[in-house]
Amino acid sequence: MTVLVVIFVVYNSIIYTQGTSNNTPLMSEQAIKGEKLYQENNCTACHQFYGLGGYLGPDLTNVISAKNKGAEYVKAFLNSGVKTMPKFNFTEEEKEAIAQFLTEVDQTGHYPIVEADKKASGWVDMKYKNQ
Amino acid sequence: MRKISFIFISLSLLALIVGAIFGTLAGIQYVKPDFLKDVITFNKMRPFHVSTVIGWIILCATGGIYYYLTNVLKLNLFSKKLAATHLSLFILCAIAIYISFATGKMGGREYFAYAPIISIPIFLGWILFGINYFKTTLTQVKNWPVYLWMWGTGIAFMMYHLAETNFWMIPYFRENFIKDITVQWKSYGSLAGCWNMLVYGTAIFLMSKIKNDENIARGKKTFFFYFLGLTNLMLGWAHHTYIVPTQPWVRYLAYGISMTEWVVLISIIIDWKHSLSQEKKEGNCMSYKFLMATDFWVFVNLIVALLISIPYINLFTHGTHITVAHSMGTTIGINTTILLASVFFISNRENSTYLAKHTKLLKVGYWIFNISLGIFWICLLLGGVEKSIWMYFTDNPSTFGEMQNKLQPYMYVFLAAGYGILIGILMVSMPLLSVLIKKKNT
Repeated sequence: MTVLVVIFVVYNSIIYTQGTSNNTPLMSEQAIKGEKLYQENNCTACHQFYGLGGYLGPDLTNVISAKNKGAEYVKAFLNSGVKTMPKFNFTEEEKEAIAQFLTEVDQTGHYPIVEADKKASGWVDMKYKNQ
Repeated sequence: MRKISFIFISLSLLALIVGAIFGTLAGIQYVKPDFLKDVITFNKMRPFHVSTVIGWIILCATGGIYYYLTNVLKLNLFSKKLAATHLSLFILCAIAIYISFATGKMGGREYFAYAPIISIPIFLGWILFGINYFKTTLTQVKNWPVYLWMWGTGIAFMMYHLAETNFWMIPYFRENFIKDITVQWKSYGSLAGCWNMLVYGTAIFLMSKIKNDENIARGKKTFFFYFLGLTNLMLGWAHHTYIVPTQPWVRYLAYGISMTEWVVLISIIIDWKHSLSQEKKEGNCMSYKFLMATDFWVFVNLIVALLISIPYINLFTHGTHITVAHSMGTTIGINTTILLASVFFISNRENSTYLAKHTKLLKVGYWIFNISLGIFWICLLLGGVEKSIWMYFTDNPSTFGEMQNKLQPYMYVFLAAGYGILIGILMVSMPLLSVLIKKKNT
């Protein structure tokens, strides 16, 4: 039991530092403001990042860089209230912040991962965006 | 102390019913987007459902542990006042969470959508539970059976991982999106491991008591599986985040650890089932029936869990309804059947005559629940396959909305099955609630 606890402490420390280290730049103040709005309106109930979240709406990891989409597309959608999308009343400034948040998320990687090296062992080598 | 246990369990059954009602209402919004949209939108309805059913699992497991410690193991609880404060805190937290959702003051994290400040009294509640549990068991029990280890481990790790779910408020995590999302899902994977410790510990406790054989909870094999489960709790979470660009060794490790998952419980149940006498089964008929349902759901979810933990397969199933089938299959199929078995065990001890009078209703409810869950689960798997084809195997994929429309037939059946689950839950829970509420007042 003691051994397991020691492993747990060491393992967590490594995860919080090296295991989750990446080349992604830290989020800007504007993006953090956008993320706060994303959370306060519980957008995760319907939307996903990297396939993690609710399934009623589309995954937003690469909504900014996707063909025929982008920041203007996102901003046009935000207050539209179409289908199950709630009728939000975001100001222009808030829309900018959310778009900035999504832009910076987009820079962290790809989802879905179409290009991957699949091994017979069941392992998958993924191509990261910043490599 | 019985009264506090009964309040915990009665509230948990209420949470199960209310949570299932929220689930079916949210299900309607899945197929009819305008349903109740002016009253409550999906981004509010879903957290009501999710938090309430998590409440069912936590409250029922907790109430059961208090009951078993004091009424079956006959231990003197360290402090009834602490237990009462624990109960009061959790009730206040439940009210605060509902107010948070109703008013839209949300933290907006998956599974923890309520205002983050509420995490403080929840955390405090777990500390009180931990103090009471360890002060009671450490002083009065030597040579712990495995269920006491499992309950203790579940409580101790729950405190840490609850705190970990809030690491996003620390700038070091928040400013790095990949670090934040990885630690977020790390904490969720481990939290599920924590409540599994509480629930599976209950399953082993029930098996040993129904069979009246304490060896079930003391064998070397049982302890081996306990440590394997604990290793999974600590290290196996990263199969949730294979897709997130973390360091590859994190995923390698999780891949290896995940392959051992689930074997833990099924092996124990199979061993137990083989050696159970007919007479003892009948003595706790519904409890036994629900544990056998657990056996089935462990088996089918084991297959899915193992498959989707292989990165090659996970690449295509992640972010689809197959993942939902896995999580629903485990929380409803495994956790709920074990916890209902626990409530039947307790209610049967308290008033077996009343339950015997309602045998037919309970058995019909049991079958409606399980058959509906089977249909529900298959619909999610099929919907997931459809979405995966759209994501990975279509040259010119249609829009998200068109893909959702294609899923509609599955979702209609899924919704109908959801109502079946609700009806089954109502039929099974009402007599149990009746026993517990009457006993609470005596």
